Amino acid sequence: MDFNKESQMSCSWYAQIENRLLQLLWHLIHVTIDLCYFPLGIADVLESYLISWGLLGRYKSFNVTKLRYLAIVVDSEEVYRTSKIIKLLQWLEAVGIKHVCLYDNEGVLKKSKDFILEKLDGTILFWDAHENDVLSDRQHMTLEFVSFSDGKEAVVKAANVLFMKYSKSGATDQNQKDKIFTESQMSNTLITVGSGGPKPDLLLVYGPARCHLGFPAWRIPYTEIVHMGPLKSMNYGSLVKAIYKFTMVQPNYGKLFFDLHCCVCKH
Amino acid sequence: MSFLRNKTGMLINEDVLGHLFSGWTSILRKWAFRVLRVGPIPRHIAIIMDGNRRYAKRKRLQEGTGHDAGAMALLYLLVYCYELGIKYVTVYAFSIDNFKRNPEEVQKIMDLMMESVFLLSRLSKIYSLRVHFAGNLQLLSADLRKAAKKLMENTASNSNLVLTICVSYTCSDEILHAVEESCKEKTKIVGCDDDGQGTHRVIKLVDIEKHMYMAIAPDPDIIIRTGGEWRLSNFLLWQSCCCHLSSIFTVWPEFGVLHLVWVVLDFQHKYTYFARKKNAIVDLGNG
Repeated sequence: MDFNKESQMSCSWYAQIENRLLQLLWHLIHVTIDLCYFPLGIADVLESYLISWGLLGRYKSFNVTKLRYLAIVVDSEEVYRTSKIIKLLQWLEAVGIKHVCLYDNEGVLKKSKDFILEKLDGTILFWDAHENDVLSDRQHMTLEFVSFSDGKEAVVKAANVLFMKYSKSGATDQNQKDKIFTESQMSNTLITVGSGGPKPDLLLVYGPARCHLGFPAWRIPYTEIVHMGPLKSMNYGSLVKAIYKFTMVQPNYGKLFFDLHCCVCKH
Repeated sequence: MSFLRNKTGMLINEDVLGHLFSGWTSILRKWAFRVLRVGPIPRHIAIIMDGNRRYAKRKRLQEGTGHDAGAMALLYLLVYCYELGIKYVTVYAFSIDNFKRNPEEVQKIMDLMMESVFLLSRLSKIYSLRVHFAGNLQLLSADLRKAAKKLMENTASNSNLVLTICVSYTCSDEILHAVEESCKEKTKIVGCDDDGQGTHRVIKLVDIEKHMYMAIAPDPDIIIRTGGEWRLSNFLLWQSCCCHLSSIFTVWPEFGVLHLVWVVLDFQHKYTYFARKKNAIVDLGNG
């Protein structure tokens, strides 16, 4: 019995040692990864400064017309840095971007939209520009403000609108396998409930990780999603590099663009 | 005949599987996974298996062989995920948009999918693997649809690992399908119990989510896209609110255990951030 007890204690002791060694190894690996990222981070910062100073020729001039609609996702932990956001928008205007969608999941940017618009001369809301038919006016940058409520909640609202039409149409006796709605109907209904909009070509994420944080799913099927790092560390060179890379991408897919000039509510 | 197939044309046999579980590479892999398991392991990983054609072109292989290599890579990945303790694996095998490709290539992929159904039925018995097909299966041939449904039924009670194969799938179609099914369900309820109160007439988020093709699995923790692209191509957009998006430059047939280890380490690095985000999104959803 003593032998069994001693044997169990030895096994338990060995297991503890093994666990401690595994934990140590795990921590060592993660510290090594951090150390590897450090020089890469330095190289990125250096490159972005070279781009900002105009020392890298290929970034000096490029065609941004391919980037018709840009989305910016800001992590909720940084969204209160309004001055940074205004500076970012000023950089985008300087580069030549005409239509920008700002997203944060808590809707803080939506609440600050008047303040942001006030700080940017000549900038107007996207839907105001659409109503006044000045979308093609190259003088103004337009802004759209989107939050988490424009995603899943909006789809639920749209579903209820479509359900009412479906119920009233009397088509409820049709074959249950038939398609009832089309994607176009869904898009238009989302506009009706106030949450439609163009599909961005490029989505830049400012936060600790590459994640769209609930940006309306219906609007980003083929959107390029690029992680820019924390907002507090944003720099002009990285922004230019991300936009330049997008203009160089040759996608190989049947992309369906949402025509800015056809986002008309048909109801 | 593809170089990946044996003399009888079979993609994989017990010898290949046996090789995975023997030898010093297997021992090294198991030790690496023991170290990884000190930290949080993703419950669900999803993969956009991009780059099969580029792989075939680069290796100067017959057209279609890239997809064979991709299928092999998937089978290897399933074994790795099983050993690591990942419970849900979702793969983007064929998009609705892919039907626009060359008809010969589409047929090759459908034939490969049929072959994969038989392979998976054998694997499911060894690993208690549950297989689910997510997508608009009505767009597939009757034979493939029947084989897929049979595999789903036969593996429904397995639980060690759930493999969801997104075929004939786009997230836009998934959302639309879920809305349609919700409407049909609410119509039946209104028809049977129309007391004029109107309480059953409202579609809620829970109604839509239960009709999603992906309702079988929790939201993914990581979406991996191979081939170096930065878009999700209409894959799991609804389910990826708090999901780490990982883009790997390697093409899918060359994705191996080291890439998986790297992705999981990256996930562990950012785990506390994503845990915070998930709680915040749940709070937002509850209003």
